[in-house]
Amino acid sequence: MLQPIIAIENVSHYFGAGRLRKQILFDITTIVEPGEVVIMTGPSGSGKTTLLTLIGALRSTQSGSLKVLGQELRGGSENKLVELRRNIGYIFQAHNLLNSLRAWQNVQMSIELHSEIPASESRDRAESMLEAVGLADWATQYPSELSGGQKQRVAIARALVCNPKLVLADEPTAALDKKSGRDVVEIMHDLAKKQGSAIVLVTHDNRILDLADRIIHMEDGRLSSLDVTPLANG
Amino acid sequence: MFAIPLAWLQLKRETIRLLVALAGIGFAVILMFLQLGFQDALFESAVTLHQNLDGDIFLISPQSTSLIAMKSFPDRRLYQSMGFAGVESISPIYLGFGIWKNPFWEGPPTSQTRSILVIGMVPGDSVFLLPEVKANQAQLRLTDVVLFDRASRTEFGPITEKFEALKATGGLVKSEIESRRVEVGGLFNLGASFGADGNLITSDLNFRRIFSDRKKGLIDIGLIKLKSGADLEKTLERFKQNLPGELRTDPKKTTNQTQEDFVVGDVRVLSKKAFITLEENYWKESTAIGFIFTLGTAIGFVVGTVIVYQILYTDVTDHLAEYATLKAMGYKNRYLLSVVFQEAIILAVMGFIPGYILSIGLYNLTRNATALPIAMTLNRAILVLCLAILMCVISGSIAVRKVQDADPADIF
Repeated sequence: MLQPIIAIENVSHYFGAGRLRKQILFDITTIVEPGEVVIMTGPSGSGKTTLLTLIGALRSTQSGSLKVLGQELRGGSENKLVELRRNIGYIFQAHNLLNSLRAWQNVQMSIELHSEIPASESRDRAESMLEAVGLADWATQYPSELSGGQKQRVAIARALVCNPKLVLADEPTAALDKKSGRDVVEIMHDLAKKQGSAIVLVTHDNRILDLADRIIHMEDGRLSSLDVTPLANG
Repeated sequence: MFAIPLAWLQLKRETIRLLVALAGIGFAVILMFLQLGFQDALFESAVTLHQNLDGDIFLISPQSTSLIAMKSFPDRRLYQSMGFAGVESISPIYLGFGIWKNPFWEGPPTSQTRSILVIGMVPGDSVFLLPEVKANQAQLRLTDVVLFDRASRTEFGPITEKFEALKATGGLVKSEIESRRVEVGGLFNLGASFGADGNLITSDLNFRRIFSDRKKGLIDIGLIKLKSGADLEKTLERFKQNLPGELRTDPKKTTNQTQEDFVVGDVRVLSKKAFITLEENYWKESTAIGFIFTLGTAIGFVVGTVIVYQILYTDVTDHLAEYATLKAMGYKNRYLLSVVFQEAIILAVMGFIPGYILSIGLYNLTRNATALPIAMTLNRAILVLCLAILMCVISGSIAVRKVQDADPADIF
């Protein structure tokens, strides 16, 4: 049996303190298998992004158990969480590229976190990843010289260049038009499938739902699976 | 350390901001260089005379505080010291400020007269280390002949030029000092100080002719030369034992210092080093000058710190989302802190270079305008570079607190 990439058990989350304390997530339980593409939908304010930041080790887990890549996040030290983040590929709503770096340097920033990749290879690797997202001719451009779709593709290259087992994406198409949005998600989907990475993708965009292996729906902090294969292996 | 020099790339990307930052830091560096340079020039000029005196031990009156405030003392003490073992020779030195009349005066608004330091010496003695004085001091045997310092301020008149011009025809520059006619018999190079705008050397006899109220037996500095191989400390100890009167030392000074600086009866005995220190301390501690220049340097430092802080803070704020992204990717706080500090140090070094070059130019300008011995020294360059780096590190450490605000959870 393969270990799940993400195992979430009874996770609840609160914002604020004292009388202003507000529960955002209620007893979330789900798993994501290796290589699975999960799309999470739901109205804004439903807690999708909060769940994504918990999985991404960007927030500390308050209650319940959250295992990502086999590691328990609850009570984990800041250092442990930072180490874990290096094995997750992130794609943000805005591209969040470093404006002072060229496209290939942006991709290389991600490679530098992995000391096992020799420095001599890192530029080649960054450029071949840019080629894979169709930006071979744009590698030396600065982000300000790229279109929105191109920037998002650089961000995908940055997220995937180190073959992460897990890719987290928060509305990657939000800032893009219909055509380039679809393109971007397809590139991400194809590359992740090729590398065997699991994807958790938060979106409002109905046009890309067909790429999902499974769709989960979040409403008012509670999860309802639409296309569930309920814990088939467990 | 990092394949991608993020700090440098970020600075380079904002060219205008980088130039403004460098201008600001360069300005602070220049300010510090000028203040420290003026201060050093002051102390340097104040002791140029001391450094060029050809002696090992000096006697002065205990009431003398600096070259511009000398009290004379009886030359008996100097002749007594001639008898101490180790002493090779002695020379009396007379000092006085006299009013010099510019013989080439072109009328108002400039003033025709100006106060100049007159140094009287025995023409046969070797008092100065300056070769030009040695070469010309035979002239001083003549009545009313003086040697003129060509590094004196220009207000004394174009003595140097006229001297050279007249020499060809056998003429001499004639002027008046303290209303007595004198002739310039030669030139030497010593330099103006904050205390004296110019210098004249003449014989002891001529000195008393110029300052007719000075009594014969009273001198201002007693210069003592030791035999080659004589031990300075042991000889000073003999002065301590054998000069008449009570031994007094400054209780605030260390034992080492009091070995080279002590008062016996009516004279103060100093080694050359202590004599120089006495003059420096007078300007440093008992005038406002040391304080003013230190304050000026501190202000340059503070101005620089504020400018660098502003630049770094804006830079961090602009890149906050990017820093949060880096944190989300798995970069540690330490990496981001190192980026900010690298930026600070790059700014410090890059701002220092134009500041250093411009300061050398300003030093030249000042030297030509004031005849003060001001020049770039390696020590000062290193000091200011260290101050500039410290300045940037301080502002960096205030600005990095902002980096902690970069919260990766906010960017999803």
